[in-house]
Amino acid sequence: MQISFTLNGRPTTVDVEPATLVAELLREQLNLTGTHIGCDTSQCGACVVHLDGLPVKSCTLLAPALDGATLLTIEGLQGAPGSNQMHPMQEAFREHHGLQCGFCTPGMLMTAIALATGKPDLTEADVRHGLEGNICRCTGYQNIVVSVLAGAAAMNAAKGE
Amino acid sequence: MKPFAYHQPGQIPDAAKLLTSIEDSKLVAGGMTLIPTIKQRLASPVALVDLSKLGSLKGITDDGATITIGAMTPHAVVAASRLVQTKIPGLAALASMIGDPAVRNRGTIGGSVANNDPAADYPAGVLGLGATIVSSTRDIAADKFFLGLFETALEVGEIITAIRFPVPLKAGYSKFKAPASRYALVGVFVAKFADGVRVAVTGAGPGVFRVPPMEVALSENFDPSAIAAIKIDNDGLTSDIHAEADYRAHLVTVMAKRAVDAALS
Repeated sequence: MQISFTLNGRPTTVDVEPATLVAELLREQLNLTGTHIGCDTSQCGACVVHLDGLPVKSCTLLAPALDGATLLTIEGLQGAPGSNQMHPMQEAFREHHGLQCGFCTPGMLMTAIALATGKPDLTEADVRHGLEGNICRCTGYQNIVVSVLAGAAAMNAAKGE
Repeated sequence: MKPFAYHQPGQIPDAAKLLTSIEDSKLVAGGMTLIPTIKQRLASPVALVDLSKLGSLKGITDDGATITIGAMTPHAVVAASRLVQTKIPGLAALASMIGDPAVRNRGTIGGSVANNDPAADYPAGVLGLGATIVSSTRDIAADKFFLGLFETALEVGEIITAIRFPVPLKAGYSKFKAPASRYALVGVFVAKFADGVRVAVTGAGPGVFRVPPMEVALSENFDPSAIAAIKIDNDGLTSDIHAEADYRAHLVTVMAKRAVDAALS
């Protein structure tokens, strides 16, 4: 079947088998390999993308669900429009060493950005609870939590300017 | 995954017709259970009938003594609904505990109730509140709906359109979750109405069930202490890698007390 959607700001039309997962479509058909497949059982969160602004697990989403929707993947993140900067959440992960091997990072970032959007008063408890669906096997989460709080502050400060 | 045909009907009768005319077709709502099931080859439908184009199945309405939640309403919407938080805070709390944030953005109340997973959260809320399952053809009382392991009173081609919840005086939910899957090892929903208390348990056995001795005790005294000495029989409860039946039986009392506490807070 043919589906049309907005992918990282660009109109996109693809032919897919209905039995295609969005994670597969992104990685194998569209060559966007930043979205990772970890557990493939919707538990680890490495595959999180934003569907119409909401974080969802792309390993448990069928491609037909994209038709008419807006999809944002890790490749679509950016800092100030037109700049060559990273997204403030990405900057925060770099600054605070919020990753080690980096496998879970794309999903962590997508979840963290959704968590922080419009939430200037985000607390550590909110972050720990909000990351419930994202598993990291390296960091013990401490620096991820620190990064998300810093990234959230930067995102909301940028919004307030 | 094995290939399947994909249908996105715009009307409920069209969806029902597809389901009855295509053998081995399956409804898909949020897909949070069905897609993993197909990936594991535990199900191999030849066609999926997707309900996402049926906008009429989404949303929450206030009918005074009841609130009605459309079948395709995601858990995150129920959890964040001011209406549900005000009228049945225990139900909003239950929705906020399902899976994780990404799962709650896709998973729907209708899908959860129709699937009747023995460890799902919503069946406890639906049975505990004595809700009514509204389908494309009739209204079904919760007490007559859940028939056991993944089994419900739904006929082939019958589609849940909404769940209608009576507004209780108080209600609360507490669950002990399996840490990886976040399903309920045991979850207990307690609801107090003018004419009595209902207690529904999920996760402990092959399907959601009520606990009449706790209902009687809580109807007399709606306090955790009223049920502290009530132990349920572990006969017929689930034993698996996560917990033995006797531990689950123990957890029923603990979670029921916490659910009453939650209802009172």
